[in-house]
Amino acid sequence: MTPHLPLLIPLVLLVAALLAPLVGIVRYTWVYRLALVAVAVDAGVALWGLAEVVDGGTMTYRLAGWQPPIGIEFVLDPLSAFFSAVIATVALIVMVGARAMVVEELPRKEVPFFTTVLLMLAGFQGIVLTGDLFNLFVFLEIAALAGYALVAVGERASPLAAFRYLLVGATGASLYLLGLWFIYNLTGSLNMRDVAAILPGSWDNPALAIGLSLMIVGIGVKMALFPLHGWLPDAYTQAPSATTALMAPIGTKVGAYVLIRLLVFVFGGPLVTDELPVADVVMWLSAIGIIYGSILAIAQRELKRMLAYSSVAQVGYIGLGIGLANPVALIGAVLHVVNHAVMKGALFLVAGTMRARLGHSDIGRIDAAVTRKLPWTMAAFTVAALSMIGIPPTAGFFSKWYLTSGAVDRGLWIMVVVIMVSSLLNAVYFFRVLERGYLRHDDDESLDAVVRDEAPPAMLAPTIVLAVGILALGVFNAVLVNGVLDLIPPAGW
Amino acid sequence: MTYDSAIPLLAVLVSLAAVPLVLVSSRWPRVRESWTIGAALVMFGLVISLLPRVLDGRIPETRIGELVPGFDLALRVDPLGMVFAIVASTLWVLTSFYSIGYVRAAHERHQTRFFAAFALCLSSTIGVAFSANLITFIVFYEILTIATYPLVVHKQTPEAIAAGRKYLAYTLTAGVALLAGAVWLSQTAGTLDFTPGGVFGDVEAGSGTVRGLFALLIGGVAVKAAVVPFHAWLPAAMVAPTPVSALLHAVAVVKSGVFGVLRVTGFVFGPTVMEDYGLALPLAIAAGTTIVFGSLAALAQDDLKRRLAYSTISHLSYIVLAAALLHPDAFVGGILHITTHATMKITLFFVAGAIYVHAHRDRVSELDGIGREMPWTMGAFTLASIGLAGLPPVNGFESKWFIGAGAAASGQYLALVVLLLSGVLNAAYLLPIIHRAFLRPSTQYEGLGEAPALVRVPLMVTAAISLVFGLFPNAIVRFYDLARMSADAVFGGAG
Repeated sequence: MTPHLPLLIPLVLLVAALLAPLVGIVRYTWVYRLALVAVAVDAGVALWGLAEVVDGGTMTYRLAGWQPPIGIEFVLDPLSAFFSAVIATVALIVMVGARAMVVEELPRKEVPFFTTVLLMLAGFQGIVLTGDLFNLFVFLEIAALAGYALVAVGERASPLAAFRYLLVGATGASLYLLGLWFIYNLTGSLNMRDVAAILPGSWDNPALAIGLSLMIVGIGVKMALFPLHGWLPDAYTQAPSATTALMAPIGTKVGAYVLIRLLVFVFGGPLVTDELPVADVVMWLSAIGIIYGSILAIAQRELKRMLAYSSVAQVGYIGLGIGLANPVALIGAVLHVVNHAVMKGALFLVAGTMRARLGHSDIGRIDAAVTRKLPWTMAAFTVAALSMIGIPPTAGFFSKWYLTSGAVDRGLWIMVVVIMVSSLLNAVYFFRVLERGYLRHDDDESLDAVVRDEAPPAMLAPTIVLAVGILALGVFNAVLVNGVLDLIPPAGW
Repeated sequence: MTYDSAIPLLAVLVSLAAVPLVLVSSRWPRVRESWTIGAALVMFGLVISLLPRVLDGRIPETRIGELVPGFDLALRVDPLGMVFAIVASTLWVLTSFYSIGYVRAAHERHQTRFFAAFALCLSSTIGVAFSANLITFIVFYEILTIATYPLVVHKQTPEAIAAGRKYLAYTLTAGVALLAGAVWLSQTAGTLDFTPGGVFGDVEAGSGTVRGLFALLIGGVAVKAAVVPFHAWLPAAMVAPTPVSALLHAVAVVKSGVFGVLRVTGFVFGPTVMEDYGLALPLAIAAGTTIVFGSLAALAQDDLKRRLAYSTISHLSYIVLAAALLHPDAFVGGILHITTHATMKITLFFVAGAIYVHAHRDRVSELDGIGREMPWTMGAFTLASIGLAGLPPVNGFESKWFIGAGAAASGQYLALVVLLLSGVLNAAYLLPIIHRAFLRPSTQYEGLGEAPALVRVPLMVTAAISLVFGLFPNAIVRFYDLARMSADAVFGGAG
């Protein structure tokens, strides 16, 4: 089994996605169970893969035995193993809570919904594990098409948001493909390691700069890197809560993965840092995105939309860690991938719970009655909010620690200031919600009649698990960094 | 001479464990309060049990594990930390009794949240006291920031909520400054361990780097220490219930700030670096300004708690000034002032609270004749006031004496003038209250009687402690010896 691990991780989900409609014909309710089992198995396989890589180093799998560059290669190295483990684990936790939200918001749509979710997750895992630049595009499109559908099934305005997402996303994918065409012409290969080995000979070729730029812009769209984030707030707000809770933690992270893969591993150190100012551009755009996203988050009146803009800012943290171009910042970026996945997963689950229990998630209508109805949900929200602000010992504090280390290491004080200001802006928009949720109207007698009406266990459990995860990731971050993340930055980055 | 011991960690965990216990017992007030009292007593016992070893020059240490690669989460009980921990844990016991009496008499709502947040505050305060390095310090310091927020907004009035916002704006900004400073320090000096005499040693660092680091780190701790211009949150936070004010202003939050100042000046930068890079003078100027400003502002307040708040601002900077004077005697005085100001100021706040719950007054101008009805309470107030003005036989005299001696010995006479001026101003804003309470004729309080015992006894105890330590500065817990050990380590290590 072990040698097949690199392929197995996407394959489990792909097979389950194909089986799901058939199962749905037999027994309607079995689809969710199948999806849950498939994601659970996938999480197990991905964690096993991670353990194997940490122990024994990188594994490669040649599809049907074809040698690269003819054949397609799947690569399980520390970076891909870590991302696939995060994707599967977070997806599993959120999936537990997703059913209740689907039943609430999308009655009788379970079969298509969970089939599409499996397809999207299969696409994500494929993107992460493939060692082939064109194959990556294929998985990118699988995930994206599934994503458009998952956004479109939401409330009345969601088809419009999905259409916009589709236009922007398809443009991004096309740009990536166009850029890849330049690179293919230059190197004659689509295999990542091949390309990485061949490229250093053609640094002065303008085609390289063009191809590289196009690919980065294309991926920037997928990642919602400022200023290519326009699709994200509408898509996240209008999509069903279950979709948002699944996409927000891991969707943009897959874009971040591709950016790391391309910049750090395929094009590599001196090219994107010294020869062409790609890393610097990513860094500056990320910094602007951090501030811009945070300020717009403050301006929002609806919780899901606020969290969506917050995601734009948080993706900026990851971009900043990549753009700073040193090992500690890259570790910070990758750590923030998992930290943010867990935090945003918890936060969007809370928003979904509010919609299910209160019928809305308007910040202006939140008051102490919410906390009386949903005490545990609000406690989880508080933990996640403190982590977003960066209070130790939550995970968010340590993201800031490594990213600040990277910025100080480069002597880039302006980036330190960006991180500091962003924490304070986070405090503004999260404490606004906390203050209302705990204090507003709390002394009104009308609230005495409010009784506890907590989310069903299936929704509450994943929320609490993620909140505990935020604390665990913070307290044990050194274990993760020493054991896994230290293996990621390649020599010369 | 460090040795492994789990007691420092247990002391932190005891009151942390009380938090969930308090929360689940919300329906049974007696059970809930017994958790608070129990945790306070156990914590006190654990802290005191370490004292003999520390006095022997041994240093208990708990290494919990790596927090970020290269830097541990670690607790270490050096003499300075011991002093702060004794003060915090002793006064928590007294404050616990007092709070129970106070919140019941005042019919405060949300008592469960109050006691839970209180326990969390104390847990993080002990963590601050025992932090072995800067990153551990930051962890507990930030938890303290958040744990205090529910206490500041406790009354849930628009005023309280506004005060909460102000509090967070100041303290969270300080928190990010500390983080940036710690990251920078870790890369400049390669260590974050609190080292007597400073971490720089042989490290070559440019003056820009050292000054930048100092600005970030001192700025980070100066906010809680309420040094001008970072002080405005403190008077605003006065809307909180009085036990909170007592805790904020005498024990936990502000003292964590000044404790941080002593750590940063004595154990991160050290006297040599402070002197060589000209870091001490700006700090001394800020502290001197704050002392005078706080005292003058206190004169103008009619609200009793606000007057005490400005007085606190002024007294905290005694300690900051002591750190900036770079003289062992002043450093001793600074450490002692943590203890003496704590017992005196907590007495004054307890009295303010007693007047509020018992006589329903909070303005100085309304206190005519109250001393005749509440002689014990106002007697305690008088004693503490004498101490704050720096007069014997109360303990405020001795801490001020050492700070002044340090200033004189190092020829910094301006600091001495500031101290003397402040003593006069202290008398000017405190003695009129005593005059009103005892000497102004008024019958408005006739038949009122003394405050309830749970409120009155703790404040008499703190006043008595102030007097005992004024007469016998080195009594029982030997604060003076501890302070001298710490100063010797800091100044010996540098020389």
